[in-house]
Amino acid sequence: MWTWFYKLASPPYVYGTAAALAPWFLGLAAVAIGYGLVDGLVFAPPDYQQGDAFRIIYVHVPSAWLSLFAYVGMAVAAAIALIWRIKMGHAVAAASAPIGASFTLLALVTGSLWGRPMWGTFWAWDPRLTSELILLFLYVGVMSLRAAFEDPARGDRAAALLALVGVVNVPIIHFSVVWWNSLHQGATVARFGKPTMVASMLWPLLSMALGFMLFYGAVLCMRLQGEVLTRERQARWVAEAIKS
Amino acid sequence: MSVGPGEAFALVVHRELRLSFRRPDQLLQPLVFFLIVTTLFPLGLSLQLSLLRDMAPGVLWVAALLSSLLSLDSLFKSDADDGTLEQLALCGQGLTVIVVAKTFAHWLVSGLALVLVSPLVGTALGIPGSVFATMMLSLALGTLTLSWLGAIGAGLTVGLKRGNVLLSLIVLPLAMPLLIFGAAATDRAISGVSASGALYFLAALCVFTCTLAPFAATAALHITLE
Amino acid sequence: MNTPVDGLRVEKVHVWRGDRHVLKGVSLALASGQLLHVSGPNGTGKTTLLRVICGLLRPEQGSVSWRGQPISSVRGEYQAALAYASHEPALKGDLTALENLRFAVGLKRRVSPGELRASLEQTGVAACADLPARVLSAGQRRRVAMARVLAMNAPLWLLDEPFTNLDAAGTRLLMEMLQSHAEGGGSALVVAHQELVMARDMRSLVLTA
Repeated sequence: MWTWFYKLASPPYVYGTAAALAPWFLGLAAVAIGYGLVDGLVFAPPDYQQGDAFRIIYVHVPSAWLSLFAYVGMAVAAAIALIWRIKMGHAVAAASAPIGASFTLLALVTGSLWGRPMWGTFWAWDPRLTSELILLFLYVGVMSLRAAFEDPARGDRAAALLALVGVVNVPIIHFSVVWWNSLHQGATVARFGKPTMVASMLWPLLSMALGFMLFYGAVLCMRLQGEVLTRERQARWVAEAIKS
Repeated sequence: MSVGPGEAFALVVHRELRLSFRRPDQLLQPLVFFLIVTTLFPLGLSLQLSLLRDMAPGVLWVAALLSSLLSLDSLFKSDADDGTLEQLALCGQGLTVIVVAKTFAHWLVSGLALVLVSPLVGTALGIPGSVFATMMLSLALGTLTLSWLGAIGAGLTVGLKRGNVLLSLIVLPLAMPLLIFGAAATDRAISGVSASGALYFLAALCVFTCTLAPFAATAALHITLE
Repeated sequence: MNTPVDGLRVEKVHVWRGDRHVLKGVSLALASGQLLHVSGPNGTGKTTLLRVICGLLRPEQGSVSWRGQPISSVRGEYQAALAYASHEPALKGDLTALENLRFAVGLKRRVSPGELRASLEQTGVAACADLPARVLSAGQRRRVAMARVLAMNAPLWLLDEPFTNLDAAGTRLLMEMLQSHAEGGGSALVVAHQELVMARDMRSLVLTA
């Protein structure tokens, strides 16, 4: 039963699987995102409160979900790498980090853009955006730590430990920020009023979320191929894979 | 004739305290930094005591965070540099006991010192004396938690060039909940509202961190020692 | 090769540092009463080997066992039985020689200041006992480190370049210490790039690039 798990430890297997899966993920992602964008931007009815401005949730909310999903994914890969000493786990974690950070940045930018018509300002310390900002700091911390070590193996392990410490803290941080925001609610009324979701609004959102997840998978597979080749560059199978 | 973990803990705390007190200047520097940073705020903002009082809990906490970070860099650095960290790792007690002892001793001379100095700073920022108990309790819990978060960060970054910048980068986001609850506790006490909710959360964070962080910090040191 | 049940056994250890294959299948065995001299040009992994044997570094392949058990499963016992001296003397500059010994040896076994002073006496630095380590010369610091090894009462000595900074008298002293340690049933692995000539049989392992 565990043989498939240990197969994951084999670099050529991981490389081959990633290469095979990437185009599928990309294709399906294109379909899901395509449908989501068209349906959300064109066909879904405008929100009675926010008008057309709310449509940015079709990019903002999936990005935020993915930023968290990618962090958890990175932490799971890190845990596998640390506990079972499977080096490919480090490769997956290293490949995930920049993707997750990009999604976080996207969530922050789209959140700011949404804020402009809502609050008249690009930034108002809304709890969700603040949590995303702290998540971005966590990502930057993990990536900087990995890069700071001269010995890449130690850098991987240190970054993996930090990712695990971070993932435990993410719920705590989020909760604290929500609590903090509720304390100071009187000062600014700057919460993202979630538009009440009608089915016609919900489907495109779910489709976008799925599409983003598939896109994340595709980019992960592509980056993973590069990571595996770089890490295993001394191995014979790499020379042959590059030749072909 | 072998040494139990309790004795080992006491011995290491003794060692750390003796080393700290042989360098009193290094002991005082973070405290002075604390005072300097709190002075920056009135200079940069306003002289009105009432205005200062509104900002006081936050200012106090940010200053405490930054000064604690300064001293955390040295938690393992000196031992790593002169090779004694390896000796400690091989003493047969397991690194976890060592780490707990070192972090606790570090808190005694830095965090606890901050707590004891805080009434001075509180007065300067216009915090009423009646609130001092809550303020000091929140600082005590917060600095203890921070020492542990810092131990993890220090374990990961010891031996890196410019590790202290990276240490701050790693520890500060993790310390944000502390800042939120700690400042809120003092703030609520000043407003006359019950601060117990915030204090309970701070205590919960402290317990949670003190329980799990030793293992993370030990793992971090093992990675560094390899 | 006989399996020494009462000793150290290293089997086919491989270690990579980044891209460099530092240790390529190193094996050795060390029974009680035996001394092993590990030598080789720079960069052949002598210090790395020592750190693997200490348990500080986990090898990618291969194993280290002590008295028949892998060291990862008997960590406490194994560490109690070894005394490691690294390339640096590993002393805290702000503590006196005696305090350095007390805080190091005291974690392994209960020891009185009298015993520690006796160890310092044996390595010829009794006069330095109450001086802070930072005022001692390099040779004196090395001798204090030697005293620490002595005071630990450990059967297995793992020494990395212990002759560094020692004068002729100090070198002779260390040789004698190794000799009597082996005669008493202890074993020692010494990494040194010098030629070591001893009255007692000293086996040799040369690491090559």
